[in-house]
Amino acid sequence: MTLWLWLLLSCVLAYAWKLLGYLVPAAWLKNPRISRVAGVMTIGLLASLTVVNAVASGQALVLDARLGALAAAALALLLRAPFLVVVLAGAGAAAGLRLLGWG
Amino acid sequence: MRTALTPAVRIGLSISVATGLYGISFGALSVASGLDFWQTMALSLLLFSGGSQFAFIGVVAGGGSGLAAMGAATLLGMRNGIYGMQLNALLQPKGWRRFAAAQVTIDESTATSTGQTDPAEQRRGFWTAGVGVFVLWNIFTAVGALAGSALGDPKQWGLDGAAVAAFLGLLWPRLKGREPVAIAVVCALATVLAVPLVPAGVPILVAALVAAVFGWFSSGPRDEGLEPDVDPYPGREHGRGHGAGAAAGEGA
Repeated sequence: MTLWLWLLLSCVLAYAWKLLGYLVPAAWLKNPRISRVAGVMTIGLLASLTVVNAVASGQALVLDARLGALAAAALALLLRAPFLVVVLAGAGAAAGLRLLGWG
Repeated sequence: MRTALTPAVRIGLSISVATGLYGISFGALSVASGLDFWQTMALSLLLFSGGSQFAFIGVVAGGGSGLAAMGAATLLGMRNGIYGMQLNALLQPKGWRRFAAAQVTIDESTATSTGQTDPAEQRRGFWTAGVGVFVLWNIFTAVGALAGSALGDPKQWGLDGAAVAAFLGLLWPRLKGREPVAIAVVCALATVLAVPLVPAGVPILVAALVAAVFGWFSSGPRDEGLEPDVDPYPGREHGRGHGAGAAAGEGA
C-alpha cells in the first residue's frame, strides 16, 4: 500500500513541475543554468537507468541476458528503428539468449 | 476552425500515434515490474510523462524503494518545468487552459509546438500533440498492462531486456554530439560504482547528482538533453525552435 503513496506523490510532484513552468516569471527562462541542469540531468538519469536495468540485480552487478538486450537495442537504434521495434529487439534478444541457456 | 488539417495538426496527430503506441511497452513493463493495473493507469493518467513513468517502474523493478522511485521520476520531470516556461511565453494560456496545458506539457507537445513559427500553428500543434498523445498513451498503456498480465513469467518473454532497450531508446535521441555522450558515460560509470555501495534505486539518484553538478558548473548548449523521444521534425537538425527565440534569444 505504501507504493500507492509514493506513486501518487510522484504524480503530484510531476504536475507541480509542469505547472511551475507556467507560473514563474518569464525572466527565469533567461537563466541558462536552470535548463542546463534539467537537460544534463535528463541525460544522466536515462544513462543511469539504462545501466541499472542492464547489469544491476539488487546491490550486485550481474552479467546476463540483459546485456544481449542492450546490444540488440543499440543495433536497432543505429539502424534508426522506431521505439517500439527497439523495445521488441531488446525483449527478443533477452528471451532468445535465455532459450539458449544463458542468463 | 475549418482549416482542419493544418501542418501542425497533421504533425501533432502523427506524433500522437507514434508516441501513443509505445504506451504498450510501458503498460506491459509496468505490470512486469510488480505494479497492478490501476497503479499502471494512475501513472499514465496522472503523472503522464514517459521518461518519469519508465523511471518509476525501472527503480521498482530493480528492487528500489518507493521513495527512490519517486526521486528518480521527479528529477526526470524537471525538464517539463522548462517546457512549461517556454510554452507559457509562446502560447500564454489563460484561466483553466493553463492548468490543462500544464498536464499535457511533455517532450512531444513542446517539440511539435516550438517547431512551428506561426503562433496559431504553435497553439494547434501543442494541443493536438498534447491531447492526442494523452488519449492514445492511456489507451495503449491499458492494452499493454492487460497483455502483460496475461503473459505470465516476464523474464521468459525477455521483458527485463525490453526495459533496458526502452531506456536506451529514450536516451539515444539525446546523444547528439560529444558532450552528451561524455555525460552519459560518466553517469553510467558513477552508477556502476554506486550499485554495490548503496541500496537499490539510490545509484540512479547518485548519477542525477553528478549530472546536476556538472550542468550547474559547465556551460554548453542550453537545450542539451531536451530533445523529444520521438522527433516530430526528423528532417531538421535541432528540430526545435526552442524557447521561441523571443524568450531564449538564441541563434542557430
